[in-house]
Amino acid sequence: MLNKVLPAPFLSLFLLAFWLLLQNTISAGLVILGVILAILIPLYTNRGRDFPATIHRPLKVVEYFVLLLIDILISNLNIAAIILMPSRKIKPALIEYPLDIVGEVPITVLASTISLTPGTITAEIRRDGRALLIHALNVHDPDKLIQSIKQRYEMRLKEIFKC
Amino acid sequence: MLTFAVQFAFVMFCVALLLNLWRLFRGPDLPDRILALDTIYINSLALLALFGIWHNTPFYFEAALLIAMLGFIGTVAAAKFLLRGDIIE
Amino acid sequence: MTQLPSWAEWLVSSLIIVGALFALVGSIGLARLPDFMARLHAPTKSTTLGVGGVILGSIVYFSVSASFSLHELLITIFLFLTAPISAHLLAKAGLHLELRRVENTRDLRTQPRQYSDEDD
Repeated sequence: MLNKVLPAPFLSLFLLAFWLLLQNTISAGLVILGVILAILIPLYTNRGRDFPATIHRPLKVVEYFVLLLIDILISNLNIAAIILMPSRKIKPALIEYPLDIVGEVPITVLASTISLTPGTITAEIRRDGRALLIHALNVHDPDKLIQSIKQRYEMRLKEIFKC
Repeated sequence: MLTFAVQFAFVMFCVALLLNLWRLFRGPDLPDRILALDTIYINSLALLALFGIWHNTPFYFEAALLIAMLGFIGTVAAAKFLLRGDIIE
Repeated sequence: MTQLPSWAEWLVSSLIIVGALFALVGSIGLARLPDFMARLHAPTKSTTLGVGGVILGSIVYFSVSASFSLHELLITIFLFLTAPISAHLLAKAGLHLELRRVENTRDLRTQPRQYSDEDD
């Protein structure tokens, strides 16, 4: 029953929060309208979602988010140091990153995470979908980079999405 | 203090916009120019937010949100065009 | 501008200044890094964080000076969601057009033909 009414509970929650942020006030009428929208929009768009993704560990998501924010800050300091130091010769590399997780949503989250964190950008996914192509701005040991991404992010995503 | 901070930030963002403009003119390739345009819209977003603080009005928020959305769509459309020669497949 | 209590004034000022510095660093990187793939790193990270800092400052400013207001947070969320996507698309375009890369770029792909930067 609950599945019928709320096919995507986290999407509904996100839509409600987004609606209230956009209005910038909280009153009973707005909350009711927001709840109605948050129920109707997932019901309407559910047919188009052919990539089922279920979050199994909501608490881990919060932990992942905090970790990501800290890493974004550190990565920006790194990039700033690379940009501002004229003498340092940068060593870019195109690295192939083998994926352990499956599913479109987890891979998308991982790719976005890689793009936002220290000196790496996801450029491409291999045709069979089992590897990402990463461009790293300044890397000395590509294997170590791959290991650190695996331990820091991919393990956590695996726990969150159970895939 | 706040007056100084906002003026300082105005100057910083204007220098940043000039640097982006230089990259936009210089190129050398099309993706560089698209990247420069992308950075320009993000920087002008911050200028709008600062302008809102300077004039003590929240009305620039809607403009900034619209610029964020349209700028993203523009970047995606241009990059897609470079990739496929077609935007809607 | 209205007069804020001094803690809020320091907080807003430092957020704005740090944000502006990050955005400037991102633009400097865009102007002086050697090749396209390297230039892609600077704006997507630094400028996004810089604008995020300025907008956080504006949230604090309006929350303290007028009524509590969080809706500027939407812009930050939106930027952080879209920055990786536009970076990804631009990187794809750059690989597809086979732009010149600096000489010391190491290409560690084992099967280069498996990526769609080769023509279909």
